[in-house]
Amino acid sequence: MFLVPDAVVRFFHRMASPPHFYAFTEKLMPWLTGLFLLLIVPGLYGGLYLAPADYQQGDSYRIIYIHVPAAWMSLFIYVVMAVTGGIGLIWRIKLAEVVMISSASVGASFTFIALVTGSLWGKPMWGTWWVWDARLTSELILLFLYLGVIGLYGAIDDKRTASKAVAILALVGVVNIPIIHYSVEWWNTLHQGPTVTKMDKPSIHVSMLVPLLLMALAFKVYYIIAMILRARVELVQRERNSQWVKSLIAEEVVE
Amino acid sequence: MKPARKQRLILITLMVIGAGIATAFALKSFNDNLMYFFPPTDVVDGKAPKDALFRLGGMVIKGSVERPGDGMMVRFKLTDFKKEVTVEYTGILPDLFREGQGIVAHGRLSPQGVFIAEEVLAKHDENYMPPEVAGSLKKPEAPSAGKAQ
Amino acid sequence: MSFQEFLEMGGYGFYVWTSYGIATIILIANIVFPLFQRKIFFRQQALKQKRQNS
Repeated sequence: MFLVPDAVVRFFHRMASPPHFYAFTEKLMPWLTGLFLLLIVPGLYGGLYLAPADYQQGDSYRIIYIHVPAAWMSLFIYVVMAVTGGIGLIWRIKLAEVVMISSASVGASFTFIALVTGSLWGKPMWGTWWVWDARLTSELILLFLYLGVIGLYGAIDDKRTASKAVAILALVGVVNIPIIHYSVEWWNTLHQGPTVTKMDKPSIHVSMLVPLLLMALAFKVYYIIAMILRARVELVQRERNSQWVKSLIAEEVVE
Repeated sequence: MKPARKQRLILITLMVIGAGIATAFALKSFNDNLMYFFPPTDVVDGKAPKDALFRLGGMVIKGSVERPGDGMMVRFKLTDFKKEVTVEYTGILPDLFREGQGIVAHGRLSPQGVFIAEEVLAKHDENYMPPEVAGSLKKPEAPSAGKAQ
Repeated sequence: MSFQEFLEMGGYGFYVWTSYGIATIILIANIVFPLFQRKIFFRQQALKQKRQNS
């Protein structure tokens, strides 16, 4: 590798070894859980109680604290899935494949949450549960891409072959990500434009913005936790015949 | 990088670029269908469908909302700050419907050039603030019915 | 603000609480499911080992 310090390379090489990953994530888990609680509790308290009602939408806008972070995560996790899929294809790193497939179910969940909460927000505000505008439609396609990834992986028995097929699907589907993001600018949509990520000043009051950012960070930590839990199962299942998994099972039996 | 890896990297890059170009062309050719609504300018210029249902989006002009008769019928004018169209609608309006608010109406154009809506949806903006802050901000000058022409 | 007012959410209680409820259920399921799977896997493998050893 070039331009990357040796220590970093060594860290990643160690992490890419399944037994190391398994042991390391076990130690990491309490810290991640603590961090998650530290973010979600003030996030929810701020969003549901401290933040004032909106001048137009009243209290219904509080759905934003679930809807927007979930929608951001649905895009972020897809990119992670495509990148780890690409790494798995090029360098044949087993752990990258595991991270890719373990991200899929979490990403599908966030996409579903974004769609459902959007619907529950759209009904009182827009006057409809669903419209076929560019933003909503492209987000629905994202859900189908996630489900396609999960389905394809389950349909192929050899998990290394399955990972390759899934990685290609994830990489091709990545074109949908900029479409979702820019849909509200490229086309007329019922969905409004971006609030926080627009380049001039964010058009949300600071008392409402802080809980939103806390929730966004909390969801990011949640993703890492849920992905790791899933990845650990995936790893031991794949490596069930290797010595380190066998000794893990033996330890479990003794306990 | 080993040659085999380099080859795979190039192959994957080409694949993603290819998928991107194909999607871009597809979106370009379907561009009109992806537009969720027509602005009033298109309707006045005759670019909107004549005898079919379509969606019309714009801002409700301040002071233009009236309820002729005693039924549920509402009449108001929509503008895109260039041209305006009169809309008639009978039914329940969404909570966010108010003067100066963006809306999307689904319906058809009558021979007189009045848009008969079957459904009205509110389009909210991307601004979120407490009522006190909104009150203290100087309200942006909204075009009145006369000025928009 | 009373607790009752808090639950009502200015008349939007149904929409707000359903959103938070669905999100909570799905997010908890994503944690519980892999933990459950792990347990089942270890139990199965342990049984298999025992059978092979005896």
